[in-house]
Amino acid sequence: MSILVGNDTRLLVQGITGREGTFHTTQMVEYGTNVVSGVTPGGLGKEVAGVPVYNTVADAVSETGANTSIIYVPARFAPDAIYEAVDAGIHFVICITEGIPINDMVPVYRYVRERGARLLGPNCPGAITPGEAKVGIMPGFIHQPGRIGLVSRSGTLTYEVVDALTRAGLGQSSAVGIGGDPVIGTSFVDVLSLFQDDPDTDAMVIIGEIGGSDEEAAAAFIRERVTKPVVGFIAGQTAPPGKRMGHAGAIISGGTGSAADKIAALEAANVRVARAPFEVPELVRSALASA
Amino acid sequence: MDIHEYQAAEILARHGIPVNAGTVATTPAEAEAAARAAGTLVAIKAQVHSGGRGKAGGIKLARTPEEARAAAESIIGLDIRGHVVSKVLVVPGVGIDQEFYLGVVLDRNARQILIMASAEGGVEIEEVAQTNPEKIIRIHADPDRGVQPFQLRQMAFDLGIPAGKVAGFAAIAGSLFRAFLDEDATLAEINPLIITKEGDWLALDSKMSFDDNALFRHGDFEALRDMAEENATELEARQSGISFVKLDGNIGCIVNGAGLAMATMDAVKMHGGDPANFLDVGGGASADQVAKAFGLVTADPNVRAILINIFGGITRGDVVAQGIREALARVAVSVPIVVRLSGTNAEEGRALLAEAGLTAVDTMDAAAAQVVASAA
Repeated sequence: MSILVGNDTRLLVQGITGREGTFHTTQMVEYGTNVVSGVTPGGLGKEVAGVPVYNTVADAVSETGANTSIIYVPARFAPDAIYEAVDAGIHFVICITEGIPINDMVPVYRYVRERGARLLGPNCPGAITPGEAKVGIMPGFIHQPGRIGLVSRSGTLTYEVVDALTRAGLGQSSAVGIGGDPVIGTSFVDVLSLFQDDPDTDAMVIIGEIGGSDEEAAAAFIRERVTKPVVGFIAGQTAPPGKRMGHAGAIISGGTGSAADKIAALEAANVRVARAPFEVPELVRSALASA
Repeated sequence: MDIHEYQAAEILARHGIPVNAGTVATTPAEAEAAARAAGTLVAIKAQVHSGGRGKAGGIKLARTPEEARAAAESIIGLDIRGHVVSKVLVVPGVGIDQEFYLGVVLDRNARQILIMASAEGGVEIEEVAQTNPEKIIRIHADPDRGVQPFQLRQMAFDLGIPAGKVAGFAAIAGSLFRAFLDEDATLAEINPLIITKEGDWLALDSKMSFDDNALFRHGDFEALRDMAEENATELEARQSGISFVKLDGNIGCIVNGAGLAMATMDAVKMHGGDPANFLDVGGGASADQVAKAFGLVTADPNVRAILINIFGGITRGDVVAQGIREALARVAVSVPIVVRLSGTNAEEGRALLAEAGLTAVDTMDAAAAQVVASAA
């Protein structure tokens, strides 16, 4: 079933009656995702795209057996939504919301870990296992079932690479966006580790960007633990230092976090690094051929 | 969001940290008057949102009010890493016995707040981190319990602070951590934190930056914003939910998503062009917002051609196309436009553009090549 989401996913949508929640619930249902319930406090009895709405996550879980939650609530209410999901026993929470204060996320991360749950994001596009489940905001139609695992810090840049892979006839086992915030629930290393152990994945693509040191950590992990071929791309090769490029994490400071450092680290771990997204499919092909 | 040293010092003082209070001067005459009032040796310090002030000649000592005036004259107007000095802080000179570095930041890898201190104060802490990482003492604050006094005492002993001064250090470090949390800072730093010749703890230089995502909790911070340090266009963009960074090239870029925007800039460079800006229209951009993005880019007189690269996820291609058409109806654009549209409702979007006499390129690579050729 590939990783994180699939045919076993029983999805709950938090913030289902909001504009984004309603739009994306409809999209996910149309894709074939098993969306079993939604939550909006005070929304009991409503329906969105045929999905029943409950007042609390606990009610939705006990009534519909949801095991995964996706969050579309505004930033100032999103930490509460994550706590509520984990408290109700949800083991996998995907938080799409962007703009959550860092100081709110630090204790959230601790709580999720302590309860043995997993958080993807915040400020991420979600995860998809093509042909099985789309749990996020990515356009479903660009994906194709296959055996390439993709992990990225970005949103639309992920779609760009997925689209290039699909056009080249390289389908995806799963595609996961981990988000661009400073405090995120799931790291590159976590996802690479899942792909390494996934029998449905033959090769992996990692898409990073400037800022932080997650790509360097991923490179170290790949060198030590990953036996499947890996292709990489790092955005921001030409970004000037000291400027924040949209994502809270995308800033080069003090000589660390530059694209050059990240590319060097990945190449040292035998990752084939593309100079542009359109080069990714041919590098995947050559990596698979020589594996 | 960045603030000035004197503003950070005021905030830390409210949190009970002893700071070297001074007077802000915007003219040499004001600096002279402040020095006269201080009646002692003073330091004149450039107030800019940049490091490296000392090396750039932005910090000077003055023995007399006349020297203070001369120092202010040389510092005001100085360009420090692209920041022009418009005000200085005049503070009394202090005799230093020992100096330390003390800082609070987020440790992204640990997802915890980190308190760092070093006996190598006063110098670039990044340099110490590179050359002598063992000289930086680190404590992670527990996400639930925060930091306990015993941890800070331990830190003080590890730094070699004399026993009689340990409680004072622990109190200041605890307050700095508290300030970081209460003010939603992304950085709170005292460098140097000193023991004076008189044996008192004193924060000689303070620095704070705030989490933009938490500004809704701190309405008073807007008053701390120094418009001289802000790019008016970048500020205007932020108010419409657009991330915009002005660059030096001549190819305007309008992209949805930060990662894709950076990759688009890279593609332009790969084809021999130079981006005029970074611009992320954000998720779920409305037609009105795309029109605003268009206005931001065309306001730059250096722009010779515009590349619009949209991959539809939340942002729908037809909405983007509608925005482009609306913008073209409002603003006369004299430079060539290359549009790349893919993803959700891209076909509808391309049809809308065709009606307006614009063509959309299929791939990002082709679009980058074409826009570079158009700008030449």
